[in-house]
Amino acid sequence: MKYEEFAEVVQQERIASDIYSLWIRTERIAEEAKAGQFLSLYTGEESRMLPRPISICQIDRTGGRIRMVYRVAGKGTEEFSRLRAGERIRVLGPLGNGFPLDRGVKKAFLMGGGIGIPPMVQLARELEGEVQIIAGYRDERFLTEELAAGGALYIATEDGSAGTRGNVLDVVREQELTADIIYACGPRPMLRAVKAYAEVQGIECWLSMEERMACGIGACLACVCPSAQVDPHTHVHNKRVCKDGPVFLSTEVEL
Amino acid sequence: MRNTKVTLAGVELKNPVMTASGTFGSGAEYSEFYDLSVLGAVVTKGVASVPWPGNPTPRIAETKSGMLNAIGLQNPGIDVFLERDLPFLKQYDTKIIVNVCGRTVEDYCAVAERLSAEPVDLLEINVSCPNVKEGGIAFGQDPRALENITREVKKYAAQPIIMKLSPNVTDITEMARAAEAGGADVLSLINTLTGMKIDIHRRTFAIANRTGGMSGPAVKPVAVRMVYQTAQAVKLPIIGMGGICDGEDAVEFILAGATAVAVGTANFADPYAAKKVAEGIEAYMEQYQVEDIRELTGQVR
Repeated sequence: MKYEEFAEVVQQERIASDIYSLWIRTERIAEEAKAGQFLSLYTGEESRMLPRPISICQIDRTGGRIRMVYRVAGKGTEEFSRLRAGERIRVLGPLGNGFPLDRGVKKAFLMGGGIGIPPMVQLARELEGEVQIIAGYRDERFLTEELAAGGALYIATEDGSAGTRGNVLDVVREQELTADIIYACGPRPMLRAVKAYAEVQGIECWLSMEERMACGIGACLACVCPSAQVDPHTHVHNKRVCKDGPVFLSTEVEL
Repeated sequence: MRNTKVTLAGVELKNPVMTASGTFGSGAEYSEFYDLSVLGAVVTKGVASVPWPGNPTPRIAETKSGMLNAIGLQNPGIDVFLERDLPFLKQYDTKIIVNVCGRTVEDYCAVAERLSAEPVDLLEINVSCPNVKEGGIAFGQDPRALENITREVKKYAAQPIIMKLSPNVTDITEMARAAEAGGADVLSLINTLTGMKIDIHRRTFAIANRTGGMSGPAVKPVAVRMVYQTAQAVKLPIIGMGGICDGEDAVEFILAGATAVAVGTANFADPYAAKKVAEGIEAYMEQYQVEDIRELTGQVR
């Protein structure tokens, strides 16, 4: 089920220069949500019609709360960043497929780049097996405590201010890490590199994609991603990121 | 009991509210939110004779009180539509309007012919989508081409046909008269207005197709004006659309001359939008003690 409701803001916190953490109370969505899914957040300003898709960072099922960590990228997200505890925000969710949790107990890489890092927090909490989290930042770090609580945390920074200088794959090479499965979320160039790495290594790899969305539920066909095969729903070579994704097997999509 | 029923070319709708093509898929995704039977009709996303892959992404961009889209009429083709989407829609007590798109007159006729024996109530012919370079634009912007395609599709269609007019013309009434002359049963307007948005940070076009179709509340006054002008120019019933978000917006179109209305972009802002528009029209009728919605059609002259 997907629910549309006005959710109460429980807590809002700035955790890096342009990164905010938002906890909302939404019992029905929290009960059904899975790691890797997202919510559509609507602004309170009528002139901004489209919802903003924001990934789920943490799910508190017993407390009926969802945490989203997002970057202020424009006027809509800027409006979200001003919400205070007790205020309400209209949300729709949970949306998308989420990460698969049924791939067996494996040694895993959870790779997050930039604003693709937040979904790895919930995924790390739910995955069984050996969890190796590799977080790639430009410079400023965030969510490191939450990530470290879910597994072994490795850090890459573009400016070399912490961890390995470079990207998530530079960490793998420098630390000589190995894995049997990869879960990744981040900017397109990162996903492209991770996909290539996984396919060369012959490792099962799940990528969480991002694309500009309108409806968020699979109707409008705005947020498609080119697919390797003819998709069973669209009957052409693309898949709906909001509905069939955002998580795809790397070999299913073309980046 | 107030009457909300309206008739389009002999097809009776329980209320005047339908969905605008392309914003509602074939209804499946929105049926998770409400019973589609509350709508007068569901208008499907454009269906072509074969699957169309659509445009590269980004396909959409938000604009103030609206949006641009250049989806490129991605659709799974008529075979899948008949096998999967039409049986799905048949479960609901609502009229089914299939939007038909094509690149040539023959394409449109082929789809119309395939639909002729199917449980479909009306066809809406998309001759105006400004997104597909090879397609609609020529038909919808040239009165002779529009009259011709109307006449040709009419030969193959078993159901009444709605010609969907493009607003990207100098005189909408010239197009309305051309469609009427070609044998159209109903007109729907407006399709999207061609627009452009530039991303000043990346210094590039906001959508991959460079131009896109503008929709949403920002276009509503243009749409109301065109519906009014068209209602004065032709005798055909009109389906009005362009930025309708609530019952009051819908009533505005009806007073301007529309028999029915379609809800499009508002579905993205609220998945319940079309249902709420139907409820809003009833609330307006209650407020002003309107016994029959047909009293309102074209009342403002």
